[in-house]
Amino acid sequence: MPGLHVLLIDDEEAFVTTLQERLELRDIKAQVALDGTTGLARLTEQQPDVVVLDLRMPGLSGLEVLKYIRQTWPNLPVIMLSGHGSDQDCQTCLDLGADVYHRKPLDIDVLLASITQVVHTRTVQS
Amino acid sequence: MKKTLSTFLGDARTEISSPVCYQVLRRKIVALMAIVSLLPLLSLAGINYYEHQSAMTAEIQAPLRALVGKAKHSFELFLAERTSAVSFIASAYSFDELSDGANLKRIFQVMRREFTGFVDLGLIDSTGRQISYAGPYNELIGRNYSEQEWFHQVQFKGTYVSDVFMGFRKFPHVVIAVRHTSESGKSWVLRATLDTMHFDRIIAAMGLGADGDAFLVSRNGILQTDSRRYGQVLDTLDFPLPPTNFEANVQTIQDSQGDTIFIASALITDTEFALVDVKVKPTVFNTWYTVRADLLFIFVTGVALIFLAVYRVTSLLIVRLQESDAQRLGAIHQMEHSQKLSSIGRLAAGVAHEINNPLAIINEKAGLMRDILNLQPECSFSDKFAKQIEAIQRSVDRCRGITHRMLGFAKRMDVKIEILDLNAILLETLGFLEREAQYRNVTLETELAQDLPRIPTDHGQIQQVFLNILNNALAAVPDGGHIVLRSWSENDQIVGISIADDGCGMSEETCKHMFEPFYTTKKEKGTGLGMSITYGIVKRLGGELQVQSKLNEGTTVTILLPKKLVEG
Repeated sequence: MPGLHVLLIDDEEAFVTTLQERLELRDIKAQVALDGTTGLARLTEQQPDVVVLDLRMPGLSGLEVLKYIRQTWPNLPVIMLSGHGSDQDCQTCLDLGADVYHRKPLDIDVLLASITQVVHTRTVQS
Repeated sequence: MKKTLSTFLGDARTEISSPVCYQVLRRKIVALMAIVSLLPLLSLAGINYYEHQSAMTAEIQAPLRALVGKAKHSFELFLAERTSAVSFIASAYSFDELSDGANLKRIFQVMRREFTGFVDLGLIDSTGRQISYAGPYNELIGRNYSEQEWFHQVQFKGTYVSDVFMGFRKFPHVVIAVRHTSESGKSWVLRATLDTMHFDRIIAAMGLGADGDAFLVSRNGILQTDSRRYGQVLDTLDFPLPPTNFEANVQTIQDSQGDTIFIASALITDTEFALVDVKVKPTVFNTWYTVRADLLFIFVTGVALIFLAVYRVTSLLIVRLQESDAQRLGAIHQMEHSQKLSSIGRLAAGVAHEINNPLAIINEKAGLMRDILNLQPECSFSDKFAKQIEAIQRSVDRCRGITHRMLGFAKRMDVKIEILDLNAILLETLGFLEREAQYRNVTLETELAQDLPRIPTDHGQIQQVFLNILNNALAAVPDGGHIVLRSWSENDQIVGISIADDGCGMSEETCKHMFEPFYTTKKEKGTGLGMSITYGIVKRLGGELQVQSKLNEGTTVTILLPKKLVEG
């Protein structure tokens, strides 16, 4: 688990930077992008092990970023987060290829478990 | 294109539900049905009444006319016979023969035997002196008549029948006088007196019955025989005789006693008399009056029954109408409710989204604090901090529960009128859609009057109105479009709010139907109730809704609301 590299893409700066700090305390390298465009740029520079992506963002939405990731890096694990808790959103994300969908707020242990699981699943698949 | 909404839909919804409206409707229907059913009945009854009355009148008048004609001929015959007899004697005998009293008496005896009614007979010379006399009043011999009217008349006319008068004899009588001129040029007058008792006999022979009255009257209104109604012989008739000629005719007049009478009259030839037959109208119309009372009773009963039936039928109709209106309003209310619930669902989802993000931050911050605390367990405050952090995280969990429950929250809101700031409600409503607008790069501009007065309105309902219109605007604009919200004080009574977009706009046809229930352009995505309900709410709040729209250019919806609460 330690040594993993996670990219966090979310427009809520206070949330995402705090999460970054907490992950780093657990020896996980966490990078932050505050919008979809920046997030995709970071991905091109250095590919992480997992992407944690917010669903609703101004500019490029989470769904659009997810679509792009699936086209470009089909095996990159993606965990979707959203404050909007509709079942339809969840289904849409999973249909577009997200590995897990979580509603905000969520416990960090739940997130860590998801990260471990998706990385393991993808590793086994590849 | 501008559309002011006084269409039947909203008006019907607000007006039909008022009890006054049903009362007016009931009155109108009752009046109309009563007129339609009573007018022919009234006309028929009226025509029947007058036809029947004129038939009755004709039926009374015809025999009356015939009777008077017959009696008139009897009088004329009676008088003509007696005048001829006198004239014959005057011609058949010389003056000398007639001057002989014994001779005159013998002639008078024969005359009385042949013709009833003669009282006496006298010979008067050209100076007016009575030369000889046959009859009961011998003292009349030598009496001079030269000053009397009848004497002048007979000198002038040759033959004269007088009016009834008392004269020297002190009983009513009539004089028949004939002037004769001999070949030698000498003239004299033969004068006979008739007892008017014979007139009474002719009248009695008319068979008038108990209530009939007939009499002779002179042209100047003096009764020539006794009348049952108007007095004794030689009394003056106390009402003017209607115009009379030699043909019997019948007229309806009112007599001096105030009774309406049928009066049949005819002049008697060669005299100054008119024969008059009188029948009192109420007496002869008794049968008709009985029939008329029966008819009137049937008519009044019929009218009352028609009114009763019309009223009952109308009441039944109105009750049915009220029930059906109530059902319709109930259905509309139900639809509004469903629409409201769907709006609340949307609103709750928006709220949940808005709250979940800051909650996530709080959660993470608290989590970070706990992480830091775990790194330094020797800190003297660690237990206390750990407790505070746990409390924060419990609260976060609690809030998460609330936001999840809100997603399923749907509660019917009762109408509650409060004094509210429309600008605030507008901005609050806008808040629900800001996020969506942001994602789609739609610009939301506000030009709100800062001094907009607070008005009495229902928060939930007006918010639903704004939300419905804003949702439509958001659906109409393309990504990157503009929506402008304005508020202003229209005048002393009205405030205005407009929501303008530069979206796809509406065709004239859509504008025409946009407030009708179930009219939608969103295919299966819309219920077609949003604008219908919006219109209903605005109307109920005493306001007006105006829509200006042009295809491919945009739509402006203007809401005008009263500053003071509208009664009812």
